[in-house]
Amino acid sequence: MFGRLVYESFRRQKRRKLLAGVALTLGVGVATAMIAVATDIGDKISRELRTYGANLIVTPQEDTLDLQIDGVDLKPPSDGAYLNEADLPKIRGTFWHHNIVGFAPMLPVTVHVGNDAAANVTLLGTYFSKRLTFGKEEFATGVRVTHPWWKVQGAWPNDNSSDVLLGESLAAKLAGKTGDEIEVAGQAHRVVGILSTGGAEDGQIVAPLALAQQILGKPGAVRRLYVSALTKPEDAFARRDPQTLRGAEYDRWYCSPYAASIAFQLQEAIPHSHAEQIRQIAQNEGTVLSRVKGLMLLVTLAALFASALAVSAAMATAIFERRTEVGLMKALGAGNPAVAALFFAEALLLALIGGVIGFAGGSLLARQIGRSIFDSQITIEPVLFPVILAIAVIVTFAGSAMAIRRAVKLDPVYALRGEA
Amino acid sequence: MSRSSDLVNRRSSKPHTSMFVRMLMRAAVLRRGRAASALLAMVVAAAVATAMLNLYVDVQAKLRKEFRNYGANVVVVGKDGQSLPADALDTVEAALAGHGLAVPFAYVVARTSDGQSVVVSGTDFEQVRKLDSWWSVTAWPNTTQDALVGTRAAAVLSPQGTPFDLSFQDRTIRLNPAGILRTGASEDSRIYVSLKDFGTWTGVQPSTIEIASSGSSEEVDALVHKLSQAIPAAEVRPIRQIVEGEARVLGKTRATLAAAAVLIIATAALCVLSTLIGWVFDRRRDFAIMKALGASEGLIGGFFAAEAAVLGAVGAVIGFGIGVGVAVWIGRVNFHAPVVPRLNVLPVVFVGSIVVALISAALPIFLLRRVQPAMILRGE
Repeated sequence: MFGRLVYESFRRQKRRKLLAGVALTLGVGVATAMIAVATDIGDKISRELRTYGANLIVTPQEDTLDLQIDGVDLKPPSDGAYLNEADLPKIRGTFWHHNIVGFAPMLPVTVHVGNDAAANVTLLGTYFSKRLTFGKEEFATGVRVTHPWWKVQGAWPNDNSSDVLLGESLAAKLAGKTGDEIEVAGQAHRVVGILSTGGAEDGQIVAPLALAQQILGKPGAVRRLYVSALTKPEDAFARRDPQTLRGAEYDRWYCSPYAASIAFQLQEAIPHSHAEQIRQIAQNEGTVLSRVKGLMLLVTLAALFASALAVSAAMATAIFERRTEVGLMKALGAGNPAVAALFFAEALLLALIGGVIGFAGGSLLARQIGRSIFDSQITIEPVLFPVILAIAVIVTFAGSAMAIRRAVKLDPVYALRGEA
Repeated sequence: MSRSSDLVNRRSSKPHTSMFVRMLMRAAVLRRGRAASALLAMVVAAAVATAMLNLYVDVQAKLRKEFRNYGANVVVVGKDGQSLPADALDTVEAALAGHGLAVPFAYVVARTSDGQSVVVSGTDFEQVRKLDSWWSVTAWPNTTQDALVGTRAAAVLSPQGTPFDLSFQDRTIRLNPAGILRTGASEDSRIYVSLKDFGTWTGVQPSTIEIASSGSSEEVDALVHKLSQAIPAAEVRPIRQIVEGEARVLGKTRATLAAAAVLIIATAALCVLSTLIGWVFDRRRDFAIMKALGASEGLIGGFFAAEAAVLGAVGAVIGFGIGVGVAVWIGRVNFHAPVVPRLNVLPVVFVGSIVVALISAALPIFLLRRVQPAMILRGE
């Protein structure tokens, strides 16, 4: 009998059920989308923050002091120590290799340009988008990942060629343009593009690493290595010295993607190296990230609040409209618990249906937001499904409770006369 | 008797138009519960909309402040490594007009007592401290001949923290390493001294001014343009790494917030819609009685519209106040600075609330129009 009552109520009052159902579905959909976006936003913004470039730097351990003013390296190329290029793919073998977005080696050498012996220019050897292999894995890395603000007019040189890029201001000085041949260290090289970085590279020649090594006469030499990694904001635990940590604590430190622990692992992977976080980038990332995450969390709370309210309002209206029905049931001898149970059963059914449809719609919405704003998928945790359903049921019950209480308390005589 | 004559007096003394207002007032007072719940829905929706719009407008300014922790976004460098003119810093300060920081740097390559080269920089410590908040410094120098020594330079020059000598063009200075600096970049190999010490020792003027402008990207562009005109001897350029990174993250955050705002405001409007439809539908008996007593459809429509408009207006004003409070609270919790209430949000919320309220009232009226009053009064 109870089942039939619920069934008939759904079958005969399609319009009312539809109104409440639509409100519920939309509310659940918005809540799902917002929760999905809020849980994933940290990851997304963290990737966007990588546009600031490398946050870790690896230098040779026994290096002499840098002589850099405004990004221009004054150190004689013969001075100091080098890293070995052959060690670089080992970065892929570190524990946090999935978090390493890319790396780019740098080797500056001073060269003569053209016939004028006085015109000394820095030639910077690096990877543009070099294909490397580690074990069976093949991957590409270089400045196009680690220095996303570098803009090239023309084409990027091939890493295996001897083509070069000409810095913007140097190109203006030499009146060089794309397609020209330029004489660097006694050899002619083709200029395939003009590079604009807004930094010291604008006055330099940027070439594939192998070319710089060949000019320097040191095969495999790398002056420093920039690494761009996804990191976790630093906390008090991250600042601990790994040397003082014991057992489980050391494991926890080692297995957290802090900038410091990734630097530590890079140092392990590359022999005779010293890895350090670039504090300007690494330290500020954490603050920006936590602000954006905090903001989205609060906004999500607002969204949950608004959808809870929308659902309760719709439920209250739907129940309030059925006073005469309550009056009739009570006049026929139904007790208060029986009437309340009927309404709650209907609410539960509505919440489950609305919850499932709303979850599906909300997931689609979240994916759409992810695709249009971040150009990547927003992952929806499967665990979100039962949570959303539970929230939908609780909110529907809470929203209905007041209205049901009022409907049940009503004197059947007034209800049937339509005077309530 | 006195009551009824009172009533007669009162009625005759007032013009007929007041009946309309009376009906509006009585409807709100007599059905307090339903009217209150409709008003509540309206207030909450207006509050949520206000908070979201306010946040959306203000988040840029708030986040931009966080982004300024990345340091300078514009740099002024003397052309071909030359020193800047003496009045360059004043020119920059005047162009900034308090909306940012400008810090001068002077550089030379000096020699240590054992012949090693090291970059020494003269700067204003007070300002650097504010500009480059990521510098990890054990102690900031505060007396003359105190130096801030980069961690790698310290390992070479003064591993025990003892004073050391530096020479530049046959002039020697004895510096006391007051603090160790750690940044992970080229600063680690440098020694920083105060501009005054630097000037008396080397006689070299600043060649670089780093500027952190707190404006939007257009304002930064305008500043770059203005400065390159004002100081022809210098090259002024935005630091693309910082400017582009900021623009990107800011743009994405704002887009996400906009999507969230649209979703939330739509949900809130839906909430108002369903509550108000219920409220008006519930009063179909009033509607039927008015119709039965001979009221024209225009009058009834006007009555319900006026009622909805008043509800929307009152809800919008109260909601605006609450919404601003919520935005301020979010600002304080998340950004440690209150969100500035934007008054230009008010008309948007006000008009939006009234429109939603009118739509919610129009829908049930439209449905009821075709129904005979007798059917409604019989409770069918």
